[in-house]
Amino acid sequence: MSLIRFAAASAIALAAASAAQANEPVKIGMITTLSGPAGYLGQDIRDGFQLAIDAEGGTLGGVPVTVMVEDDALKPGNGRQIADRFLNNDGVKLFTGIVFSNVAGATVPDIVDNGAIYVSPNAAPSNFAGKECHENYFVVSWQNDSLHESAGQNASNLSYSNAFVLAPNYQAGKDAIAGFKRFFKGEIVGEVYTRLDQTDFAAEMAQIRDAKPDVVFQFHPGGLGISFLRQYQQAGLLETVPMVVAEPSMDGVILNAVGDAAIGINVSSHWNADFDNPANKQFVAAWNKAYDRPITYYASQGYDTALAIASALRATGGNLHELDAFREALRKADFQSVRGDFAFGPNQHPVQDWYALKVVAGEDGKPVLKTGEKILDDHSDAYVAECSL
Amino acid sequence: MTLFFEQTLNGLQFGVMLFLMAAGLTLIFGIMGIINLAHGSIYMVGAYAGTLVITETGSFLLGVPAALAVAAITGIVMEVAVIRRLYRRDHLDQVLATFAIILILNQAITIFFGRQPLFAPMPDAFSGSVELLPGLFYPVYRLVIILVGLAVAAGLYILINRTRIGMLVRAGSTNRDMVRALGVDIRMLYTVVFALGALLAGLAGLMAGPVLAVQVGMGEQILITTFVVVVIGGVGSIKGAFYASLIIGVVDTLLRAYLPGLLRQFMVGSEADALGAGISSMGIYLLMALVLLARPKGLFVADS
Repeated sequence: MSLIRFAAASAIALAAASAAQANEPVKIGMITTLSGPAGYLGQDIRDGFQLAIDAEGGTLGGVPVTVMVEDDALKPGNGRQIADRFLNNDGVKLFTGIVFSNVAGATVPDIVDNGAIYVSPNAAPSNFAGKECHENYFVVSWQNDSLHESAGQNASNLSYSNAFVLAPNYQAGKDAIAGFKRFFKGEIVGEVYTRLDQTDFAAEMAQIRDAKPDVVFQFHPGGLGISFLRQYQQAGLLETVPMVVAEPSMDGVILNAVGDAAIGINVSSHWNADFDNPANKQFVAAWNKAYDRPITYYASQGYDTALAIASALRATGGNLHELDAFREALRKADFQSVRGDFAFGPNQHPVQDWYALKVVAGEDGKPVLKTGEKILDDHSDAYVAECSL
Repeated sequence: MTLFFEQTLNGLQFGVMLFLMAAGLTLIFGIMGIINLAHGSIYMVGAYAGTLVITETGSFLLGVPAALAVAAITGIVMEVAVIRRLYRRDHLDQVLATFAIILILNQAITIFFGRQPLFAPMPDAFSGSVELLPGLFYPVYRLVIILVGLAVAAGLYILINRTRIGMLVRAGSTNRDMVRALGVDIRMLYTVVFALGALLAGLAGLMAGPVLAVQVGMGEQILITTFVVVVIGGVGSIKGAFYASLIIGVVDTLLRAYLPGLLRQFMVGSEADALGAGISSMGIYLLMALVLLARPKGLFVADS
């Protein structure tokens, strides 16, 4: 922390000396999930974001920043309280960090309606992409549905004719199943909503075995996904029923925990650690140098979010008083995303490519995600037409 | 039919896991009058200790004593350092103090192990599945959980009903002051009861390791359901906790498995699924409300 302060202070001093415009550091409010079973999601977003700041030596787009991190503990009420405090007491005008859609649903409207900018590094529920889209609301990650549309397309490409789908009973879970169904051409033989705090999936395993589907699609982020996959394997289903998932159900941490059992699972994603572009190579190298834990797509989204914010800060010189100019600059997405092509669509959600990945045995014997063919090209989302921006 | 049988087994297995937690909680609540929110944290500590030893040594057998010992010691330290000061305080103080213990232990685990969930390897001997009925393959490990849970229940029954310690425990839950007046070292008894409860929670945590993700906050997920069990069974009654755990386990599992299907007879597929999921997650709380309406003190009031 003191290093960051020192860097920020020296940056201010430099700016003051050269251009004689001593700026206060720009405050960035990061509300994210750091405690509980999903704590590693927010931790990776936070640390990925910080990597981009460290790479510049303490600034974003040449502008000194202070990142204020608070833990929402996956409780929508907490998220909202923190946002209120940041807005009213600390005068924060720029927010990011929320991992879960239920927290975003309670917190984001408060932020954007009070004249602050929110840039999402993860959660992007369907309602905010369509009718309730807002000029202050940007998404760097994906729209929830798109993530699973890619899985639906992947399942269709792999020519499965029927699927059993499962997701937790909350907004992102419903978005997941809607997204999958939109792009899956086969039949749905079973649709099960689990609980967000569920740990035992034995009942669901029995239902899957009974339905004998061609393929299982499931969305269980974080610790949920680990329990689900292990129990899927223990029930003997992994050998008999293949699985198609989107990235959240098979991130680097889940892969690490599940191990060899995951080999053969089909994943679809907008980013993978093996993407061959200079920005990604730099990011992965920096991550492995800084942290002794698996890299996840959450970290990549935290990093990209910081880069996006940096592009707008650079263009406006860190001036958040003229929001029109800031939004204009952010909308251009003038940065090199670690995932390759990236642009904002009219509803300020990403337009990007999606790839099929597969879990294979890596060189050192540990399973890794390997990128395969492109599934969707310049894909935006299903709600963009409903947005009036 | 085999599917129904399998789901009932799943319910039983969930039930005995709940029982291991609820037995300790109901003893502590019934005998010592303490609302111990940190009971779930002991479950987490047991799971972490077991997982650590199993992954370091590669032996599940070594993990068993490690998890039990660490859980029991955590329980004793907790009782001596914090809980002992709370017996004469009201429930609000107890809730605050034990909630603080949750936060402290969660943060301590985060510092030592990080936020990434761990995973205990499955012991090789129990890793396969057996064919119980034609076409019904059931994981051996889950059968082992059921058997261990039933064995613990039998052991507790003997301990409570046939031994001197059990007699004191029963006496303590009925009339604390009289036991003290008769010259029994009630402090010692409390510590023993607390350690026993902690040990059982540690055992539950250990057995959960290979099935669930071992992660910070895993205790809070099971704690609320455990409280429901304690309330339905009757506070302080091991027998009540046993039957209530099995009822809750089976009811919860069957609701999850069959309610969406039943609702689909009346309404559109996806609506039925969403509504079914909603109602089934309320199911055990509705059951609790019904039981409390009929029997305000739970199914089995301690030693009535």
